[in-house]
Amino acid sequence: MNYLAKRVVFIIVSVAILVVATSFFNPSNNNKGKHRISVFFEDYVRDKYLKLDSGVYKNGFGQSYTVSRLRYYIGNIHLIKKDGTEGYSSSEYYLIDDAGPGSNIIELNVDQDDYSSINFIIGVDSIHNCSGIQTGVLDPTLGMFWAWNAGYVFFKMDGQSPASKSTGNMLEFHIGGYKYPNNCIREINLNLAPKGIKKLSNDYSVITIKADISKVFDAVNKIDFSMVSTVSDFHNATTIADNYKTMFSVIQ
Amino acid sequence: MTQIAYDKIRFFYFNKKSYLIINNLCHLRSPLFYFSKSSVVILSLVAFILLFNSFTNDNPYFYISKKDVELVIPKGFPKLVYEFKDNKITPDGFLLGRYLFYDPLLSKDNSISCAFCHQRFAAFAHIDHKVSHGINGLIGKRNVPAIQNMIWQKSFMWDGGINHLDMQPLAPITNPLEMNEDLKGVIQKLQHNPEYVERFKKAFHDTIIDSERILKALTQFTGLMISSNSRYDKFIRHEDTLSTTEFEGLKLFRSHCENCHKEPLFTDNSFRNIGLAFDTSFKDSGRMALTGIPDDFMKFKVPSLRNVEITYPYMHDGRFKNLEQVLNHYAKGDFKTSNFDKSILRNVGLNETEKARIIAFLKTLTDKTFTYDRRFADPNYN
Repeated sequence: MNYLAKRVVFIIVSVAILVVATSFFNPSNNNKGKHRISVFFEDYVRDKYLKLDSGVYKNGFGQSYTVSRLRYYIGNIHLIKKDGTEGYSSSEYYLIDDAGPGSNIIELNVDQDDYSSINFIIGVDSIHNCSGIQTGVLDPTLGMFWAWNAGYVFFKMDGQSPASKSTGNMLEFHIGGYKYPNNCIREINLNLAPKGIKKLSNDYSVITIKADISKVFDAVNKIDFSMVSTVSDFHNATTIADNYKTMFSVIQ
Repeated sequence: MTQIAYDKIRFFYFNKKSYLIINNLCHLRSPLFYFSKSSVVILSLVAFILLFNSFTNDNPYFYISKKDVELVIPKGFPKLVYEFKDNKITPDGFLLGRYLFYDPLLSKDNSISCAFCHQRFAAFAHIDHKVSHGINGLIGKRNVPAIQNMIWQKSFMWDGGINHLDMQPLAPITNPLEMNEDLKGVIQKLQHNPEYVERFKKAFHDTIIDSERILKALTQFTGLMISSNSRYDKFIRHEDTLSTTEFEGLKLFRSHCENCHKEPLFTDNSFRNIGLAFDTSFKDSGRMALTGIPDDFMKFKVPSLRNVEITYPYMHDGRFKNLEQVLNHYAKGDFKTSNFDKSILRNVGLNETEKARIIAFLKTLTDKTFTYDRRFADPNYN
């Protein structure tokens, strides 16, 4: 079964299970006014799902590349109501791993309301970067932590490109840094109107966020793999960060 | 019967008894019959001590009591940076940290431990080694700093790259030129070691072994490494005196060095360029390599001068082998790179007497109470 089909089946099955499961409860009891939203982060390259290893893509310079690993931290999710006030906020972090099934689904328990936008950060805020050992998705054993310059790697994308001059034509974009002037935390604000939230039942909705990986190399800054093929400290880090800020959009 | 003859008989009986026991012939009277009263007392005492030791299994030298892990803030020391708020020190946590600190399993090929480079008798620096050493004889790029008074430090390493004491051990563990291991590997090795499973259980009340526990246990151990009992400290507390030379040295120190090496920690935790020549083989640009800020070129952490006498060689790359060379660097005034810290200009022209006095003072910062503190001894000698 190919990757896309797997995803679709996974989503359908999980939604079906949720719908069936929730039907057993009487929502008017203790869940009055409560609403559950699943936020799906889906990795794309332009209009196609990202396929790790096998997918061959091209950057703005026509240089082809493949992606073998893609992980990024999402945190500080906020939902803004139609009247402009904050309806939901959380300081939780989520590690979206393209190779980790289910890691791309974020469950939010919110108040029943009309939400007009979703805000979040890509990265890990400075408090979590300098308060010592963290657990859960921030556990340093997950390979998203720099020991020599203590702090999290916010975005990690490995792959290959014939244009890369690194050993083995490697592409290695490891972006982190929470301090000025190399701060790579980026805030994302996405409009949910008019059809950003898909209501599946009275108390369950879905938001789907597309992460278009092609933007990492081809947005405000154009990345030429023959010039920049590895980023693993402050060099070029904010250049990539300014790009990944633009990769998210809400889709149906 | 004379006394001598009587003793001979006793001696005979004693040997006969041994003989009989060896031959497994037990038709004897009560063994006490063959002993004098005093020998019974001595033997039972020996037996009791042997029995007692087999239960405690610990040489008192290596035993860690609750009192041993009490955090005592030395008088006059500033507010703590690391307050152990989320990491309460316990004897078992401290002991676990001590085992980890001295255990080579933290390295990729189980060959070197933290203590390999951090020697207790050198205030946990590496005497005579310019830069750190790693597995397979690899050579790192910076001098091994002392481990002392860590809980007052805001950042760690020569470039300040580490922002929290709990995260510090990750740097040497994962550095390919040092231990070249990763936390996952360490966790796996510990999980397969029944002794460690037992130690984690004692320290944390269950057998889960994860990065948080490993790092926090190490901090319990290294965080208590506090040096505050040098002759200088005793002088300040009016418990000891300094010689005239040492006291003159202290005065000179206060007018020439104190700007950066602030008492009582003897560092202001800042990063400064002291005009050293750029080393073209190490190519170490210091803090600039982390921040990318040109003004950070060759800036390094101001090291504490506590125990400086026993932490030679000096500087971030160990380029000076003794304190005379360090003082000469300042006195000579041949400062390289344009962004050197201008406050060091006050040291240009220090004469031989002044330098000798400052060095005499610096040697009063040696803290034998710390370097001989039994709590920090290698538990493998137990």
